[in-house]
Amino acid sequence: MSPFWLQIGLTLLATLLLSLVLGRYLARVMTGQRTLLDPLFDPLDGLLYRLVGRDACSRPMNWQRYTLHMLAANLAMAVLIYLVLIFQNRLPLNPLKLAGMEPMQAFNTAISFITNTNWQSYGGESTLSNFSQMAAITFPMFTSAATGFVVAIAFIRALIVKDGGADLGNFYRDLIRFSTRVLLPGALLFALFLIWQGVPQTLDANVAVNTLQGAHQTISLGPVAAQESIENLGTNGGGFFNVNAAHPLQNPTPLTNLALLMLMSSLPAALVVMFGRMIGNARQAWVIYGVMGVLLLGFLAMTVLPEQAGTPLLHQAGVSLQAGPLQPGGNMEGKEVRFGIAQSALYAAYTTAFTTGSVNAMHDSFTPQGGMPLMIQMMLQCVFGGKGVGFLGFLVYGLIGVFVAGLMVGRTPEFMGKKIEKPEIVLVSLALLIHPLVILAPSAWSMVVPYGLSSLNNAAMHGYSEVLYAFSSAAANNGSAFAGLNANTPWYNLAIALVILLGRYPPIIFLMAVAGSLAAKPTLPPSVGTLRTDTPLFGVWWFATILIVGALTFLPALVLGPIAEYFAMATHHLF
Amino acid sequence: MNTMLNSAVRLTLATWLLFGLAYPLAVTGIAQLAFPRQANGSLIAGPGGAPLGAAQVGQNWVGAGWFHGRPSATTDTDPKDPSKTIPAPYNAASSNGSNLGPTSQALHDRLFTDRKALLKDLPGIQTLPADMLTSSASGLDPDISPANALMQAPRVAAARALPLEQVQALIATHTVGRTFGVFGEPRINVLSLNMALQSWQAAKPQQTK
Repeated sequence: MSPFWLQIGLTLLATLLLSLVLGRYLARVMTGQRTLLDPLFDPLDGLLYRLVGRDACSRPMNWQRYTLHMLAANLAMAVLIYLVLIFQNRLPLNPLKLAGMEPMQAFNTAISFITNTNWQSYGGESTLSNFSQMAAITFPMFTSAATGFVVAIAFIRALIVKDGGADLGNFYRDLIRFSTRVLLPGALLFALFLIWQGVPQTLDANVAVNTLQGAHQTISLGPVAAQESIENLGTNGGGFFNVNAAHPLQNPTPLTNLALLMLMSSLPAALVVMFGRMIGNARQAWVIYGVMGVLLLGFLAMTVLPEQAGTPLLHQAGVSLQAGPLQPGGNMEGKEVRFGIAQSALYAAYTTAFTTGSVNAMHDSFTPQGGMPLMIQMMLQCVFGGKGVGFLGFLVYGLIGVFVAGLMVGRTPEFMGKKIEKPEIVLVSLALLIHPLVILAPSAWSMVVPYGLSSLNNAAMHGYSEVLYAFSSAAANNGSAFAGLNANTPWYNLAIALVILLGRYPPIIFLMAVAGSLAAKPTLPPSVGTLRTDTPLFGVWWFATILIVGALTFLPALVLGPIAEYFAMATHHLF
Repeated sequence: MNTMLNSAVRLTLATWLLFGLAYPLAVTGIAQLAFPRQANGSLIAGPGGAPLGAAQVGQNWVGAGWFHGRPSATTDTDPKDPSKTIPAPYNAASSNGSNLGPTSQALHDRLFTDRKALLKDLPGIQTLPADMLTSSASGLDPDISPANALMQAPRVAAARALPLEQVQALIATHTVGRTFGVFGEPRINVLSLNMALQSWQAAKPQQTK
């Protein structure tokens, strides 16, 4: 096998193996079983329980209480982030004397980071003080990832409550345990690995050098590594530097690139494994893992192949598109030599599948065919998906699938022994429909108003793709961008912040309501009449539901963007 | 309601102290003790004590006697009008890519202008390595492909009056392969190649004309 495919295959294999190991550990942590690391973390957790209040951390919560506490905590954190950003000029560790952030941009940033989106309308190294990078950016990378994860945990508990109870666990306890026992050690270890490979970690902001030719160059530095490891482990995205993991100081080697891919993929994939262990049905988990895996492989191939094939424009300009041992070939515009095509396209597919949002290449410069699967993965947001919410999104399609299949064959729809009835389907449909609404409506509006069009970096279809990508990224809480779009305008700062909010909290609230309703139902023993959801047959059905319900919704929008652009490109049109 | 807000605020402050302050500061402390060189940007000491660059950050090269890095799309604030930006290749204080798509007229114009300028120094060449005309994602790419370096070798050798084989040999010794033979791409760090070129020539002045 050529190194091109071998490095992609080995990375996928590593994700699989890592998720198996981590999934077992996650299940132990989230069900309160002993782990080897307990002596290390019991005192730390104890301290945090005491700071938050022992009572608050031990009370069982029903779905309403769990959701309300989650919302209140997220609100308090967002306010804190906002305050740090607008007052960064009066706070310490601001060696460049940067001004406080504009209120509208700070609002956008606070919303973006508390929701695990990490969309950035600013360039990190030129806008944020080191204190802001730590206290307003690194901080929510932990808590927002944990928030998404614990919501999924609460939902899974609802599926396994047998006695028709209401206890979904305790929000504070879940969040603290997941943050300290999973995120903290992972982030710490990988931060040190990244530093060893050459990622800076300093409280200085920049250094001036006199280059070999005697020119002046100012190099931005800062506490990069600590943020970068949690940025990917928490599927946050949003980097220290403007170009994120494409920056040679943020992602200096192919080894760091591999580490980042493992960081972002391991937990969402391990969540599926954990799910199988928590419900005691490994077959069910493998059906889900299989469908997600097939989707990922498909979209990955759709991205990698056209990027290596290159574009007619590059061919015209006399660029050698054929990869060889001496040069990468392909569409290298907006890509780095150390990653070439394989690692860049792989990273792009991973970051949109696991809805992380960190990038190591400029997606805006991708071919139309290669950029489209990135958008589709964010439109589906369940190809593994981000922390917790991706998994929930996948279950939503499963519930729809069960319901439709049940209607077709005349059986009562059931999922894991819980009857799926009208209230659940109404809530699930709402959670599903809000996603296309908040992507398509503001994208369309941006195309007809001058304050929407003035931000475009590219003309015609590609410019429209920049906007469609932006709102898909916001709604999926991804955070990556077709970065040519100037998103730091009042319209985009406000609209994107609202789309992020609507893409995050209403679906979570609807699904928590579903959880409450399912938890209250008795678990029916499987009978001959049960439509089993843990079979390959249902896996195929699940897959079809995702493509028909999820992807077809967005087909018209994609036809106007990347698909039209493809035909323009193939016929040598320029705009 | 009050108890809920109370718990939420306390959780916020506790996690803020731990993850927003203690964690990054602890990592900084360990990094500065264990990996001081990398943690401060892997700087290369220059002749006068001031650093001459960061090992992983590309520099802007001018003149026929140096190997050139890839096109860079970084900009800087226009000194005449702070609301505008001007091209400033390899501005390591403001990383950026071109973000131009494959149907962009601006990309077309840039590619053909750059091609014309490049081919002036490269007689007889028709196809160029992929990384030679395309701008990098960060605008700070420290590397070029071996094909790119080999294509520039005759120009550099002629400008420095060095035998071509020796410049090619220098390129070969500075080529970094794929990690474990699999991950990433073969590449050459332009700064280290140019530094080697300079010190090598300084050490053997009798070989130059």
